[in-house]
Amino acid sequence: MAIWVDKHSKIIVQGITGKEGSYHAEYCKKYGSNVVGGVTPGKGGTKAALDLPVFNTVAEAKATVGADVSLIFVPPPFAADAILEALNAEVPLIICITEGVPANDMVKVKVALQQSNSRLIGPNCPGIITPGQAKIGIMPGHIHMPGPVGVVSRSGTLTYEVVFQLTELGIGQTTCVGIGGDPVNGTNFIDCLKAFEADPETKAICMVGEIGGTAEEEAAEYVKDHVTKPVVCFIAGQTAPPGKRMGHAGAIISGGKGTAAEKMAALQAAGITVCQSPAVLGETIKQVMEAKQLLPA
Amino acid sequence: MKVHEYQAKELFRQFNIPVPEGRVAHTVEEAVQVAQGLAGPKYVVKAQIHAGGRGKGGGVKVVSSLDEVKTAAEAILGMQLVTHQTGPEGQTVRKLLIENGSAIDKELYISIILDRAVSKPVIMASTEGGMDIEEVAEKTPEKIVREYIDPLQGIQPYNARKIAFALGIPASCFKETVQLIMGLYNCFWQKDCSLVEVNPLVITTDGQIIALDGKVNIDDNALYRHKDIADMRDEHEEDPLEVEASRYHLNYIKLDGNVGCMVNGAGLAMATMDIIKLYGAAPANFLDVGGSASEEAIENAFRILLSDQEVKAVLINIFGGILRCDKFASGVVAAAKNLNVTLPIVVRMKGTNVEEGQQILRDSGLAFEVADTMQEAAEKVAGAVKNPVVA
Repeated sequence: MAIWVDKHSKIIVQGITGKEGSYHAEYCKKYGSNVVGGVTPGKGGTKAALDLPVFNTVAEAKATVGADVSLIFVPPPFAADAILEALNAEVPLIICITEGVPANDMVKVKVALQQSNSRLIGPNCPGIITPGQAKIGIMPGHIHMPGPVGVVSRSGTLTYEVVFQLTELGIGQTTCVGIGGDPVNGTNFIDCLKAFEADPETKAICMVGEIGGTAEEEAAEYVKDHVTKPVVCFIAGQTAPPGKRMGHAGAIISGGKGTAAEKMAALQAAGITVCQSPAVLGETIKQVMEAKQLLPA
Repeated sequence: MKVHEYQAKELFRQFNIPVPEGRVAHTVEEAVQVAQGLAGPKYVVKAQIHAGGRGKGGGVKVVSSLDEVKTAAEAILGMQLVTHQTGPEGQTVRKLLIENGSAIDKELYISIILDRAVSKPVIMASTEGGMDIEEVAEKTPEKIVREYIDPLQGIQPYNARKIAFALGIPASCFKETVQLIMGLYNCFWQKDCSLVEVNPLVITTDGQIIALDGKVNIDDNALYRHKDIADMRDEHEEDPLEVEASRYHLNYIKLDGNVGCMVNGAGLAMATMDIIKLYGAAPANFLDVGGSASEEAIENAFRILLSDQEVKAVLINIFGGILRCDKFASGVVAAAKNLNVTLPIVVRMKGTNVEEGQQILRDSGLAFEVADTMQEAAEKVAGAVKNPVVA
């Protein structure tokens, strides 16, 4: 099962002839993902890495090789355009890896997104992986393994850290979604929680948040009323000073809002297990799952 | 990116937003010259630093003669202005804004930000101008009106009218206020601002509306399309190490502790800071070397974090994905040798090519402390700063 992507998902890569696009198209395909082609305007008719066909437009790619997912690697000034092109071609799942997309561009994309049936993950995210089936993004595939934990996170390498801890403990993952570190993004925590709750294979959920905004607080409210599976959470940035942007455009405590302490309190109040230390996330998930007999003996 | 008040007002003028007459001055003489060109009889001498709370800190003076402009300029220019936003060390005042004084009848508040929860710009306004708006929001939230703007339509006159009516704007300047609000929104949107704030927005005794103050922050991600604004950057207002780091596209933020950190990825970097604190030490910085750091970038990162004199030990935490551990280890070894590092360095690496990376560290002949988990790394580095080995 898993959520949103599996080994059958047909994937195209926008920006496939660029340095990052070609590198990752190849690595995703080698992992076993069903990458079927790519798009670079002006290079239609040529071949990219691993002999993948290149098209001029997303519509053309979709009509010729099919596209359930588009993975976007175009530079920030052109990222919004790339997302809108995929939306217009009605690609059901769009994943934008690009970091540094202007917020106003995303505000416009968001309006278009709300009027479409497509889902966007990102921007500024590592992508999505269903271990053993499809890796659609820049995460190192080998640290993942198939299993019962759904992972959702605003961060990249911190997600790898959590996944690594789980895999070391012999606990695999259904799907891991990096929703990205920008203030305006597509898929949010609640979308992922909803999908994990509905997925019979997912037995527990690990959520990794960070300072800035109120997405974690909203997720906490949602969990309280709609999620029956155990949720374990960590919030990065407990020591971050206000007013400073901690790398991610979205990770900033402003106007006294968005602190780790507020988020942790809201999550705890919703019955979520909150870890103080990022080093014990894997172990905590294990304990929580064992207590509920969710792991095979 | 933040800009100075005088620069914010330059942007406001481009959108026909009324601001007091005035200009920036870099010296006392220039301050007097600017004042000579103003109508008077009142003048305002305002320190130009990026932090707020300048008035309370003694950085804003209202005076009544050119002599007093001179005295005020002499007092403010070059002072270490301490406000609730500068920290106890304060910020050196290098520029002044000299303006014509306004006779104030009423002080209002208006700001525009992006509301992340709904992904739309929101205009917030209040009749409680001149006050700390966060305090107003907390104590009397009903005194703040909000108007969300459809980002595709842009601001419409009715949006601005709603705010103007809610603020009780008199007929004498109602039309001008509507224009001012629309100008502020257009400035916000067209210049890719992350914040536009006017506090106070004033109605003068002769019934004019005027943006007495101006605060503008710009979305860093959009600076590439606003060269005019990118040129407004004032590196004096930033931490020198942060300026240096930005030259190499490194994400560095100086903090107060003594454990230097080097991490790849912003989330993991924050988590590393958090775990250092949990083990009783304090991070000296946030430093994200990014996903594809070159050897040169790693050396620069190392040099920058070590040039902080407070740093007594270093924690390196790398999760190899795109950034391979072996490549990173070579960069660290080269940097440690070139920079002659004598401080304890705890390295924790995981992910792609980790064995090769650890081998490179072992073969280097340098005394790296290798840790397997984040926990162990934090424990070791906290131990190193608490019980420093005397060399």
